[in-house]
Amino acid sequence: MTTITFTVNNESRTIEAPPMKRLLDVLREDLHLTGAKEGCGEGECGSCSVLMNGELVNSCLVSALQAEGAAITTIEGIAVGQKLHPIQQCFLEKGGAQCGICTPGMILATHHLLEKYPQPTLLQIQEGLAGNLCRCTGYTRIFDAVQAAANQPGKP
Amino acid sequence: MHSNPAQYDLIAPTTLEAVLDILASEPGHYTPLAGGTEIMVALGAGRLPRKPLVSLQHLDELRFIEVLDSEITIGARTTFTDIRRDAVIATDFPLLNLAASWTGSVANQNRGTIGGNIVNGSPAADSPPALLVYDAVLTLISTRGTRLMPYGDFHLGYKKTALAPDELVHSITLQRDFKDYIPYIRKVGTRNAQAISKVAIAALARMNNGTVEDIRIGAASLRDRPTRLPATESVLQNQALTVETLGPLLEKARAALRRETLPIDDIRSTARYRSAVAGNLLEEFLRTLVAV
Repeated sequence: MTTITFTVNNESRTIEAPPMKRLLDVLREDLHLTGAKEGCGEGECGSCSVLMNGELVNSCLVSALQAEGAAITTIEGIAVGQKLHPIQQCFLEKGGAQCGICTPGMILATHHLLEKYPQPTLLQIQEGLAGNLCRCTGYTRIFDAVQAAANQPGKP
Repeated sequence: MHSNPAQYDLIAPTTLEAVLDILASEPGHYTPLAGGTEIMVALGAGRLPRKPLVSLQHLDELRFIEVLDSEITIGARTTFTDIRRDAVIATDFPLLNLAASWTGSVANQNRGTIGGNIVNGSPAADSPPALLVYDAVLTLISTRGTRLMPYGDFHLGYKKTALAPDELVHSITLQRDFKDYIPYIRKVGTRNAQAISKVAIAALARMNNGTVEDIRIGAASLRDRPTRLPATESVLQNQALTVETLGPLLEKARAALRRETLPIDDIRSTARYRSAVAGNLLEEFLRTLVAV
């Protein structure tokens, strides 16, 4: 076991974990932040996406020790108090979520995308979300939600 | 079967010197871990060798792109996102820029490193064909010092490389000599994003009055390792490429390609498909060269 200190959703956290434990499992099991989901467990589906020092990563492919000292943002840290983040609001309004398994990852990938491209083209949206698989929506409504979010004040 | 992460030790030294000392203390005992986009998958799939790991995460001295007038050097821990953002790579080495752009997804590119990609030694990896046609030179480092190795000598077989057990790839150097070349690269996979290639070709040609002055063809998933196609190249070298000669030349080139490749049947594709598509990619490339 190794002592690992990092920041999660602006709060400093210290845990004891095997250094090769996946960040995904640390978040879900040690910190009870179950927003990040396990889909494939091999970096293909993006359900476990979180932001690590502002960069989108698959938390199933980050070892706990490699997150030492990092600033992690999960879906639980995206809403502003009790108020949904504009990206979340747009996913809700545009029907960008159905079963919900991919949604936390989609929203974090969108967050990362809009930091890079505040007014993304459809192609940029498709590429930015290509690592996030959705088996319900057919993606069109997700792309609509991202475009709507790009036009909101106060994003990303 | 998942591996149990509690059975693996991982240390994260903060200097290159410390990492090299650890690797030298018991050569082969430690597995270096960079971005984790391969090793963490192996852990999840239960096929990660039960050895302690040493993280390269803190080695900022291996994360750089140094641009000189005549060459660029890319540190081994440079991510695919870093490579995509680099303006000189985009203009001087478009094959590498494009290969980086379809290496996994954005999240994979944020973590995956060029050094990890080549050390992993997959015959299907995206960046090796590009590095092979650019005649990349590797700098390898250990406590014994550094040595240079042409990248073409690095892959020895399926997931086997010339890296010594106490060595790391330090960096990759490319000469800025390819401005007059026509680039071609195409990856064929099950979908545009994310998929691992069924077959891929990266190539360069320098034409002079319709004659092929120099041609370089790199391939993924056609042998047990990333490879150049020297026999196919030599069929085309110094040949006049016109609408009339294209047909017969292509036939010879396809035959050479078939002779020097050994595609396999596996989970992603079949040998027959790979062979046929590789020939088609070659044809697509040669057609762009006619009348240049």
